[in-house]
Amino acid sequence: MSEVASTNVVDVHAAKIKVFKLQDGIFHQITLLFAFIVLAALAGILISLAIEAAPVFKQFGASFLWTNVWNVPEDQYGALAAIYGTVVTSIIALLIAVPVSFGIALFLTETCPTWLRRPLGTAIELLAGVPSIIYGIWGLFVFAPLFSAHIQPYLQAAFGDVPVIGGWFAGPPIGVGILTAGIVLSLMVIPFVASVMRDVFETVPPQLKESAYGVGCTTWEVVTSIVLPYTRVGVIGGIMLGLGRALGETMAVTFVIGNANRIVGSLFAPGTSIASTLANEFGEADPGLHIASLFALGLVLFIITFIVLAISQWLIKRGVAKQGK
Amino acid sequence: MFASKRAYFKLTAFAAIMAASASVLAADITGAGATFPYAVYTKWAEAYKAATGNQVNYQGIGSSGGVKQIKAKTVDFGGTDAPVKEADLDAAGLVQVPTVMGGVTIVMNVPGIESGKLKLDGMTAADLFRGAITKWNDARIAKLNPGLKLPDLAVTVAHRSDGSGTTYAFSHYLAKQSMSFMRDVGAGNTVNWPANAVGGKGNPGVAANVQKIVGTIGYVDIADAMKNKMNFVALKNKAGNYIVPNQDAVADAAAGANFKVKGMAPDLLDQSHKNAWPITSATYILAYEKGGDASRQKGVVDFFTWSLNNGQKMAEDLGFVPLPASVVKMVEAEMKNIK
Repeated sequence: MSEVASTNVVDVHAAKIKVFKLQDGIFHQITLLFAFIVLAALAGILISLAIEAAPVFKQFGASFLWTNVWNVPEDQYGALAAIYGTVVTSIIALLIAVPVSFGIALFLTETCPTWLRRPLGTAIELLAGVPSIIYGIWGLFVFAPLFSAHIQPYLQAAFGDVPVIGGWFAGPPIGVGILTAGIVLSLMVIPFVASVMRDVFETVPPQLKESAYGVGCTTWEVVTSIVLPYTRVGVIGGIMLGLGRALGETMAVTFVIGNANRIVGSLFAPGTSIASTLANEFGEADPGLHIASLFALGLVLFIITFIVLAISQWLIKRGVAKQGK
Repeated sequence: MFASKRAYFKLTAFAAIMAASASVLAADITGAGATFPYAVYTKWAEAYKAATGNQVNYQGIGSSGGVKQIKAKTVDFGGTDAPVKEADLDAAGLVQVPTVMGGVTIVMNVPGIESGKLKLDGMTAADLFRGAITKWNDARIAKLNPGLKLPDLAVTVAHRSDGSGTTYAFSHYLAKQSMSFMRDVGAGNTVNWPANAVGGKGNPGVAANVQKIVGTIGYVDIADAMKNKMNFVALKNKAGNYIVPNQDAVADAAAGANFKVKGMAPDLLDQSHKNAWPITSATYILAYEKGGDASRQKGVVDFFTWSLNNGQKMAEDLGFVPLPASVVKMVEAEMKNIK
């Protein structure tokens, strides 16, 4: 009697486990499917970009990448000016944004009075949510005139005669240009980098910091020898997130970069970026090489972003490995 | 039996509703293309819907997009600023008619020079816009403006960074004036501007650059120039008169043009009428001679016939220039080919 009952119980359990296993299996398959949608989309974008861009590489070969010409009436195209503008504006943006974001994050986590933390932190997150077109309009109508009237002449006066650096500030101070685009980009990137940095700084165990303070460390020493080494990976991640945004930013850059398809040594000169060229010219592009060149630019941006991501992954891995030792 | 009878009634009622809604849908037409006439087409569509109850949708996707979409038959009519060539029209079986005109103005920001006071001829304008004149006190400008105090100031050229019909008309005009401009800059929707140039997105972007940057010369359409109260340049026309742009001067340019050509796209640039504004252009629509759906084809004809007869004042208020009455008659005759 009791034997029968126990086998029944075992049967019931086995059946239940079977159902659970089936559920788990279906769940696994569905999530796998979702994950593959991402991969398929990525591959699809890459393939369609490559197909559309093919005529360009057939016509100009790989030299498309380092040719400094963009002449639509004569159907001559090269990506160098756009790549240069994209990279230089992003570098300027990071040069400004990283130290500032670092300061913001440190202040918020280390020295800020507790009552101010929440409002300040929320303000930064709100800044990250401002649409990029707002930054563009502000940059064109408010910042560029101020920059041209009050900052560019002083930069020229201060650095104009210095060899090498002087060339960066040459030319008429017209307000819009590569430097303006870099500065506006830095403002857009700061909230992202700062909020990531703040979040990772908060992960430092209080015991570590407290023991450092306990042995007499200053705040600066705690930051440089405890907080930063502990959070290096996260900080790099935050910077790369900012770089990713700067590289692909379209509308704000289109408004303030000046949209000139050429390379001038001066940072005051108008330039162009890959994203802004696409935004400008896609609407009325002539079928044929022009359209194909724009697709090729898109492909180049895709690859640059991919390289940046790969480098950041490598940096993070290396950081983790070092920490392990 | 009773139940099935009721079902039968329901079914017929449903079918009747479907038929009614289908007939309403058939009158809805869709167009896409040039962004330049977007404001006036949407204004017309709004008034047309209020008057007739029929819906017209127009999407400003750009002129080349408009030509592409009508050829792909995804829209009932396409809009384009750059007229399609006669041979292409015949090959594709398309009808092309103008709908409304506009003018491109040269605007400037030079301290001490008021609107309309600076005189330029086509050649000098071309030299300015190809970067051959780099200072405002250049002898070539001074020669045309005796008595005007020209500053020793660098010239910055403000242009459209996005491909546009405005650039198309303006660069074709300058290319007609100067071989050097044709060679250095070229003519088209997107051209090769000189080193002292700065690009702005859309007419508002160019207007902003001209107003913010001292020493700029740029080009925007008449509507935007008037809206932003910009400083005009007086431009010498073919008859030798210096014209300050306005809607009447654009209308005068059309008065002397011959629209009796296939595609109805005479060159409106540099017309010889004594008051003609030299940089005048029209915008066009494209539709199939033989469309797939007769009611939609009729919808296109009805809409533009109604608009050309009732919408002239609306177009003027938006800064556009209506077609002359004689041309409207010709457009109506030409649209009879859209079946």
